[in-house]
Amino acid sequence: MEEYSNKVMDHFMNPRNVGEIENADGVGTVGNPVCGDIMKMYLKIENNIIKDAKFKTFGCGAAVATSSMATELIIGKTLEEALDITNSTVAEALDGLPPVKMHCSNLAQQAVKAAIDDYKEKNGKK
Amino acid sequence: MNQIYLDHSATTKLKKEVLDTILPFLTEQYGNPSTIYTLGREAKKAIDSAREQVAKAINAQPNEIYFTSSGTESDNWAIKGVAYANKQKGKHIITSNIEHHAVLHTCEFLEKEGLEITYVPVDNEGILDLEQLKKAIRPDTILISVMLANNEIGTIQPIKEISQLAKEHGIYLHTDAVQAIGSIPVDVNDLGVDLLSLSGHKIYGPKGVGVLYVKTGTKISPFIHGGGQERGKRAGTENVANIVGIGKAIELATQDIQTHSSHLQELRDMTIEEILKAIPHSRLNGHKEKRLPGNVNISFEYIEGESILLMLDSKGVCASSGSACTSGSLDPSHVLLAIGLPHEIAHGSLRLTFGEENTKDDVKYLLEILPPIIEKLRAMSPLYNQK
Repeated sequence: MEEYSNKVMDHFMNPRNVGEIENADGVGTVGNPVCGDIMKMYLKIENNIIKDAKFKTFGCGAAVATSSMATELIIGKTLEEALDITNSTVAEALDGLPPVKMHCSNLAQQAVKAAIDDYKEKNGKK
Repeated sequence: MNQIYLDHSATTKLKKEVLDTILPFLTEQYGNPSTIYTLGREAKKAIDSAREQVAKAINAQPNEIYFTSSGTESDNWAIKGVAYANKQKGKHIITSNIEHHAVLHTCEFLEKEGLEITYVPVDNEGILDLEQLKKAIRPDTILISVMLANNEIGTIQPIKEISQLAKEHGIYLHTDAVQAIGSIPVDVNDLGVDLLSLSGHKIYGPKGVGVLYVKTGTKISPFIHGGGQERGKRAGTENVANIVGIGKAIELATQDIQTHSSHLQELRDMTIEEILKAIPHSRLNGHKEKRLPGNVNISFEYIEGESILLMLDSKGVCASSGSACTSGSLDPSHVLLAIGLPHEIAHGSLRLTFGEENTKDDVKYLLEILPPIIEKLRAMSPLYNQK
């Protein structure tokens, strides 16, 4: 099988920001158990800035690593900046993903977007 | 860190005795078995004696043994060879829905060529439904292909009963015995099969060599066209070293099955019992008794298999899973879906397959490291907290 980069393995074995945020300002869930990937992203947002992000993921090594990396990439960013992050940004930050795992980085980006959408909806910004 | 290999259904380590048998044929004894001089005749003799070893191991005649490149090739040949040679008789083949891809994808290929295939389902323990098989038989059925033991869940199929049905209706019976050989007795006459596939590397032999047993009188077309090797049915200069290797490997693997399998069974039963006891929301896949002595297949709810494998690997344990992420597709194992597991539970499966060098200490180590791994992954899973 194609090997994961050291960075992917690091983020899989020692994932950053695992967990939930109580009273999160935005929560997004993407994926489904049938495909074997679910990501749930929790955001704490103040003045348009992502103050904290946490995740829970059901999925393979790449799914966990991309979730972890996505939280690192968005913490401290404005919502606009966070929405600018693409799946390839996440994959590149992990020194690449095997081609069959690229959909995992898609999922991470979609989870971030879903959580921000949820925040905007709750706050009547949509 | 020590490596603990618990994936013997994937492949096994070549035995020293087998290697020693092979080596001369990779070096000094390089003769082509089709040649007339001593060097060639010796290679021919070595192949003949390997053929006898294989025949003896499965209670066949040497002229019923054909060497191939793999179990996969043997499956391909058995099914396509019977289909092509028996076109006048019919175009219908029956198989099960838990076969190895070597059988399933061959059947799918033949479907495109106009053959009709019935995939008989298994029950939730992975045993073929004989009533459904009976119903599937048609006047134009030419072949039934059902594996002796499943590679994922280890289920052992009622081949003798299937053979009765096949004989009553004059239908050829093929079985893939790649996983069974060396673990349970394989006797072609007792089983009543017409064709049987074997592989070298699952029994501490070399990769790249397999066997197809073809009962005398079976109508089958040649598989590879060329020279007269393998009695004109499977051409190409023989892979002498590997053929000698599979001969030795099968001889060793079948000489004391009882001792070997009770060792595996002890490890298997200990592993199943302790895992199910220690880890909640886990279930055994496959039949409790009618399974290979070395096969454990357990699903852990709320988590995904590849993650389990990566964490086990980081602790030195080699294992397999039926999750989509380890199959290179989006669907989890067709075998786990066939026994009725929902997708999300099939994704969280772990297969451990024991071999002769495994010990109780290996199991104890596994039982130490596995529960915290499952716990860690569940703590990370959004499905777990909802429960």
